[in-house]
Amino acid sequence: MRAPSARRLAAGAALLLLAGAAAWLGTRLWRTEVPGDLAPPPVDVDRTFGRAAVEEAESFAALLRVLALLGELTLVVTLALYAWRGARFARESAAGPIGTGFLLGMLGFAIVWLVQAPFLLVELWWLRRHDVTQIGYAEAVAADLAALGGRFLFVCLALLVAMGLARLLRRRWWLPASAVFVVVLAAYAFASPYLLVGLDDAGPRLRAETRRLADAQGLADAPRVSIMEVRELTSQPNAFAAGIGPSRRVVLFDTLAEDFPADQVRSVLAHEIAHLARDHIPKGIGWFALVVAPSALVVAVATRGRGGLGEPAAVPLALLVVTVLALLSAPLQNAASRRYEAEADWAALQSTRDPAALEGLHVGFTRVALADPDPPGWWHWWFGSHPTGAERVAMARAWAAGER
Amino acid sequence: MDAQGSHPIQVVLRDDTLERNRWTVAFRLILAIPLLIWWYLWTLGAVIALPVAWVWALIAGRLPDGLHNFYGAYVRFTSQLHGYMTFATDRYPPFDGSKDYALDVDIAPAAPQSRVKVLFRLLLALPPLILAGALIGGTGGGGGDFDGSRTTGDDGGGFGTLALTGGGALTVIAVLGWFACLARGAVPWGFRDFAVWAIGYGAQAGGYLVLLTDRYPNSMPALARPAGMPEHPVGATLEDDLRRSRLTVAFRLLLALPHVVWLTLWGIVALLAAIANWFATLFVGTSPAALHDFLAAYVRQRAHVLAFVLLAANPFPGFTGAPGSYPLDVQIAPPAPQHRGKTFFRIVLAIPAAWIASAIVWAAFVAAVGGWFASLVTGRMPRGLRDIGAFAVRYSAQLDAYAFLLTDRYPYTGPTLERRRTFLPPSHGGPSRDWQVAPEAM
Repeated sequence: MRAPSARRLAAGAALLLLAGAAAWLGTRLWRTEVPGDLAPPPVDVDRTFGRAAVEEAESFAALLRVLALLGELTLVVTLALYAWRGARFARESAAGPIGTGFLLGMLGFAIVWLVQAPFLLVELWWLRRHDVTQIGYAEAVAADLAALGGRFLFVCLALLVAMGLARLLRRRWWLPASAVFVVVLAAYAFASPYLLVGLDDAGPRLRAETRRLADAQGLADAPRVSIMEVRELTSQPNAFAAGIGPSRRVVLFDTLAEDFPADQVRSVLAHEIAHLARDHIPKGIGWFALVVAPSALVVAVATRGRGGLGEPAAVPLALLVVTVLALLSAPLQNAASRRYEAEADWAALQSTRDPAALEGLHVGFTRVALADPDPPGWWHWWFGSHPTGAERVAMARAWAAGER
Repeated sequence: MDAQGSHPIQVVLRDDTLERNRWTVAFRLILAIPLLIWWYLWTLGAVIALPVAWVWALIAGRLPDGLHNFYGAYVRFTSQLHGYMTFATDRYPPFDGSKDYALDVDIAPAAPQSRVKVLFRLLLALPPLILAGALIGGTGGGGGDFDGSRTTGDDGGGFGTLALTGGGALTVIAVLGWFACLARGAVPWGFRDFAVWAIGYGAQAGGYLVLLTDRYPNSMPALARPAGMPEHPVGATLEDDLRRSRLTVAFRLLLALPHVVWLTLWGIVALLAAIANWFATLFVGTSPAALHDFLAAYVRQRAHVLAFVLLAANPFPGFTGAPGSYPLDVQIAPPAPQHRGKTFFRIVLAIPAAWIASAIVWAAFVAAVGGWFASLVTGRMPRGLRDIGAFAVRYSAQLDAYAFLLTDRYPYTGPTLERRRTFLPPSHGGPSRDWQVAPEAM
């Protein structure tokens, strides 16, 4: 048996060091301000949300869950077939290796889009049937095609980085590529608020509320707050926070800001500000960094049989591997996301001191947006990025009990 | 783009002269008023008789000789009217649609037609009429469809009007041609050839609509027998077997997105390089080799991507604009001395060509939409539609090269990729030799 070379030992030590750093970072990122000993009381879902509303929401969500599962299944199966036979499309390219890789990457997503298109239409039919959206079929397909175009650009950028480095560094491309991906994501997170369109000014009342809540949560500079006009497309209420540092912004859908009571809108505003005050977006990038490096390593190893990712023939297989890894790592990513959402709820309760508003908000989400307050556990574990409505009501009640 | 096949409706250019009488050019629109009035009346009769012709053809399986001759003369007259108004011809056309005119339309005798094609004729004629509208546009008489070639036949002016005409490429060329004819007493060769081709295609589309034939219109420019392109520093070659990958066709525009992003980024640098090239060429008289090569690669890259988008070629293009890397390739000659006056006013001088290019590319885009459906169904691009795209790519590349100061030769408007191999003697008192060598040195 040959003794390992010094180079291999150094590489192994570096990997161990990286793994240790990742574990340390993971534990840091996992922490939230939600008290560890918080014991939310059980929630009677039917009584809290109304039996009829719960039944309607469950019925509504059931088909969407089936469609989502079928979508994931067809995604994996399609990409598996594409990984097997897709390299033949290289003959349709007059470009060099990286350009051909672009073509193969885009065609993979194009085929997936074609296969999943029926699910899109059924889902839209279901949403329209429940008056959740007013988008027409042609409009929805056009919008989905536009989104596919965005995906094409994304996959080309990713392949440019990965294939370019793979051709340059051969097997060791995965580590610098991961670093580049993290930088690109951070840049996108910073710039995304400036790319939003269709935003209106939130008005003096919400701006003043934002300043007060930001101050209460220790955020020195209050973020900008805007209203997004979506009423013509959907009746779904929603809100989100975006940006890093000076680009931070909170956006409320007009279906939320205009249709929900002021105290509930304030609760949402506090929740979104909490995301910014607790640095959830940078922490999300941290989680991405933890996942992307090992994922890239797996891709690098998996594609060696096809000459490495520097060769276009490896691209279809890389798409499959990345998709499967994303599916497998979804529980971890969603668990982290749920923790941050819970922390934002907790911070919102601390700053508004209004648990009734939070509870009313989520009851409203179930009644208006047909949000299932208590989805199946396995589904929630794998795909749930937010706490369930029942869990959020339970937290509000737990906070109220703690205050008494 | 070699001439292959024929069509029952073919435009024939009997008088090849390029000279134009400045007086009749100056007042061409006014002179055409009696023709236009007559044409509108004739169109009215043609429209009224069309249901009768349709029912007859549906029952009998062919058009009766009387109606065939009536519509044949109508299509011929419309073509001649358009030829006159767009300076493809100079002499005043006859009112009876007779064959004794510089621009004629050969129409095959009435023949049996497929009843199914007759039944759905209005629907089937829509795509070629739309394309004829993009090629011709509303040139006074409202011309929309013509069949064009030096032997192309029907003019679809009237039917073009029926069919969605707007400001087509020939309209643009006619407007510019008016100035050129007034200034030089002759129509640019490329303008004339383009007009003959567009008019010929319009005639085919119109003839198809009015049941003169059940052969589908063919937009292949070679049918119009255009003269080869004169010696030009920027040329194009096409090696394409018409096969198309259905998957890449289906997502063609989206697949081009990375190229659009790349060309936008490259274009910013190219613009700066073009400014530097303008100064350098103005003072030195020749484009510096480094700038020339850089801008030539950019021009080629744009051409490759345009060919991909217009379905003029099948494969996904590369990103470097390397010569010889794409089936529809652009050859750009090395730097050569340029006229300083043309260099100084290059931006202004490029405006007419840019106007023409936008109209031609639009027509090619309309053709590509039709080609998109055809390629999805058959896996092959129709040659006529492919050739329009190839022509648009060649013209755009010549415009780019002119605008970026890679050459001071003006883009050539004749619908061809072929280089002129031999001196073409004019059939009737043609233009001077100099004019033939540099037909569009506008």
